[in-house]
Amino acid sequence: MDSFIFFALLQDGITTGAIYLLLAIGLLITFSVTRVIFVPQGDLLAFGALTAASLQSGHVPGTLWLLDGFSVLALVMSRNWLAWGVYPLVLTAAAWFLAPLEQPAISILLALAIVTPMGPLIWRLAFRPVADASVLSLLIVSMALHFVIIGMGLVFFGPEEARVPAITDTSFDLGQLNISGQSLCVLGSCVVLVAGLRWFFNATMHGKALRAAASDRLGARLVGIDANATGALAFGLAAFIAALAGVLIGAVTPLSYDAGFDIGLKGFVAAIMGGLVSYPLAAAGAVLVGVLESLGSFWASAYREVIVFTLLIPVLVWLSLRAGSGEERA
Amino acid sequence: MKPPAWLALLGIAVLAPLILPTFYVTLAGYIGLATIVALGLVLLTGISGQTSFGQASFVGIAAYATTLLTRYADQPPIIGLIVGVLVTGIVAWLLGLITARLSGHFLALVSVAWGISFFSLFGTLPWLHGFNGIGDIPPLTLGPLSASDQRINLAVILVVVATVMAMSANLLDSRLGRAIRALNGARLMGESMGIDTVRLSRHVFVIAGIFAGLAGFLFAHFQRFVSPTPFNLGASIDYLFMVIIGGSESLWGAPVGAMLVVVLRDQFNDWIPRITGRAGDFEALVFSLVVILLLQRAPEGLLPLLMRLKRQPPPPVLPPETAADLSIAPAAATPGEEVLSVESVSRYFGGLAANRDVTFSVRAREIVALIGPNGAGKTTLFNVVSGVIAPSFGTVRLFGSIARHRRPHHIAASGVARTFQHVRLLGRRSVLENIALGAHLSGRIGMLRAMLRLDRSEEAALLDHARQQAARLGLTPLLDMRAGDLPLGQQRVVEIARALCLRPRLLLLDEPAAGLRLAEKQRLAVLLRQLRAEGMGVLLVEHDMDFVMGLADRVVVMDFGQKIAEGAPEQVQSDPAVMEAYLGAAA
Repeated sequence: MDSFIFFALLQDGITTGAIYLLLAIGLLITFSVTRVIFVPQGDLLAFGALTAASLQSGHVPGTLWLLDGFSVLALVMSRNWLAWGVYPLVLTAAAWFLAPLEQPAISILLALAIVTPMGPLIWRLAFRPVADASVLSLLIVSMALHFVIIGMGLVFFGPEEARVPAITDTSFDLGQLNISGQSLCVLGSCVVLVAGLRWFFNATMHGKALRAAASDRLGARLVGIDANATGALAFGLAAFIAALAGVLIGAVTPLSYDAGFDIGLKGFVAAIMGGLVSYPLAAAGAVLVGVLESLGSFWASAYREVIVFTLLIPVLVWLSLRAGSGEERA
Repeated sequence: MKPPAWLALLGIAVLAPLILPTFYVTLAGYIGLATIVALGLVLLTGISGQTSFGQASFVGIAAYATTLLTRYADQPPIIGLIVGVLVTGIVAWLLGLITARLSGHFLALVSVAWGISFFSLFGTLPWLHGFNGIGDIPPLTLGPLSASDQRINLAVILVVVATVMAMSANLLDSRLGRAIRALNGARLMGESMGIDTVRLSRHVFVIAGIFAGLAGFLFAHFQRFVSPTPFNLGASIDYLFMVIIGGSESLWGAPVGAMLVVVLRDQFNDWIPRITGRAGDFEALVFSLVVILLLQRAPEGLLPLLMRLKRQPPPPVLPPETAADLSIAPAAATPGEEVLSVESVSRYFGGLAANRDVTFSVRAREIVALIGPNGAGKTTLFNVVSGVIAPSFGTVRLFGSIARHRRPHHIAASGVARTFQHVRLLGRRSVLENIALGAHLSGRIGMLRAMLRLDRSEEAALLDHARQQAARLGLTPLLDMRAGDLPLGQQRVVEIARALCLRPRLLLLDEPAAGLRLAEKQRLAVLLRQLRAEGMGVLLVEHDMDFVMGLADRVVVMDFGQKIAEGAPEQVQSDPAVMEAYLGAAA
């Protein structure tokens, strides 16, 4: 391998690493606020990409109907007319009129607007009824939900891969190296999102409520923070992050309906490296996973997955040694 | 499992292959294989509260092991069985080793990762022939007998199912079975009763892995063809769904769930393409929706719904026939020996000092009461002494030796038993079973012998001991009730009986009199005096001053994490610092 290939792989690895980081952040938010390990987050990433691609080709995507269906169910359960009545109606109308324009920016914004509310809807329909169950039960619900969502993904989008319109197709040379504008967009969005989240968690009331709920669920409830609202907010954030990651990476790699799971799983690996609690560690883990995967696919592409997951072993051993022993475990 | 039930199962195992039509022979075979894997998952998920999304890869490891050995190395299937099961057991043990100390969801998440890794290895390792698979696997043979007929194979599978089922039932009805139930949400209690919960979780995980390996061995010789697909993540999830759909809290959930999922999947494969006009993994969608609804509406699975036996009391445990000799007297202590010595112990939670520089001791034949207003740090001190949390500074000596870096089960084994301020019982098990948990350390018999029912004499002795302790506390009429159905005061008494089963030299009681009626309190005081006379050291946290002052030899008073007074009850009662702590500063 010469340095040229190495740097190309490195660029690739850092770009995907940034995507893993986004997913890891989404996972950490949902896990710390609601104890749900949000497996279908990766599937929402694929939804984001495929919805944008579908809009771009002038179709009204099936995910919009899914959103409408979920909203009707949620409306029956909680009668929040504004969120589950007006919003889906307006969005459906907007998509109907705007999809035929085939404008990349509009397609991407609509895709974000369609996929983001699926987070709170999933929380409302699947998790809120079992919110007090064990982490394990929540994980099993999460896993089942993954199969529900990819099943629907197959219905809506078929088995074909699709590509999202790129935000930019410029690229420039830096010495020998060709740096793509889309990669920079991915990194830039990642930085903006992390900064935005930082501001949100430190400076806004909703963000502080989320942090309170994450550090002590019962205590947060006692001081009047609505656990259902924080849950919905956490899932909304995670879904938005996933959708954004989807439209970003969907322009680099074509995605199919079931591609999200693998990507989500690597987000997990990154999040586990952060011990499911620490954001900076998860960031380092995400970049490591991305780079390793990229290098691994060059040297031993068949064993790429194995290499990435083997990374978990030393991390787990370290976490094990650090773990307290007698504490009650969920 | 009682012999008649097992014989009935065995009868079905022999008869079914003779009468079923050919198509159903194959279907029944797959149901049987899935049942074996699901039984392991019931033990793991429903009983011990862990879970795995990677059981199919264990099935695969054993299937490929026996395939390589019998197809390419010309070994008899028995070698394939031994090696296959051994390899799955070792892999499970290693995976358990790196995750067993972490929270339950880590094991589950990591199982997804290894499930995908093994699947990818099955597909890429050149000597496993990738997705083309390996055919012509020799049939099962035993000496001159060869199971080339699927009916014989089915009989073999069903006999294994019956045996695995009986062994699991035996295990659950044993000392280790009780300990395994304590893993599910009551680990701290289990540790305090002397159970090494980390090691036990790992053992349960290995058993589940071995069951899956057993199924994998049979699968290879039943289907006589292996390829990676049946060992993918989806298959692992299927096994888990079977357990949830059938009911994860009872062994019978495994066959019920396996049957429902395998049969329905077969039907779906026929019908869904006709309805929707396209092929796809729609049955996964339907099963997933069913699982979500079940977990929302009936987390105990379909079995209890089908049989309408929700919340049935556990069957009474029969009196022992031949009990081995087991002394119930506490281990002898030298009178006046210092059993507990707390030396300058401080414990900080972040900036909060729950205990600051606390020093006191408890001797054999002595009752020491630890009192103080709410939030004085009494329970923290209890947790430090029983090894649940480590002190930030200072040392705790138990029976003269320093107790640093010892986990609660080590401390329990050294002769310390405790009760909890918030009662920790297995609410759905009988009072007797709960009390017998305390006798865990008196038993020696391991999992294999318990599975083979070779533990009866020891088990009888343990239960006998539990009954004697129950009798001392007047619990005999309640032994067969569900512990969770007792009033709170009685539950505390059950905890004391359980602690006494440990035959401790030091007994730690956290608010034992709370919720007791006067007569019950008096009886408890009599018992504690008797225990003291037998040589036990007792440390109790209590708010009921009448109870404490009439009983304790010495009283230690804490306020804001510090010891503010110590001495005989009368002395402490007139101490100005104590009055100030309880009543506020005198004006």
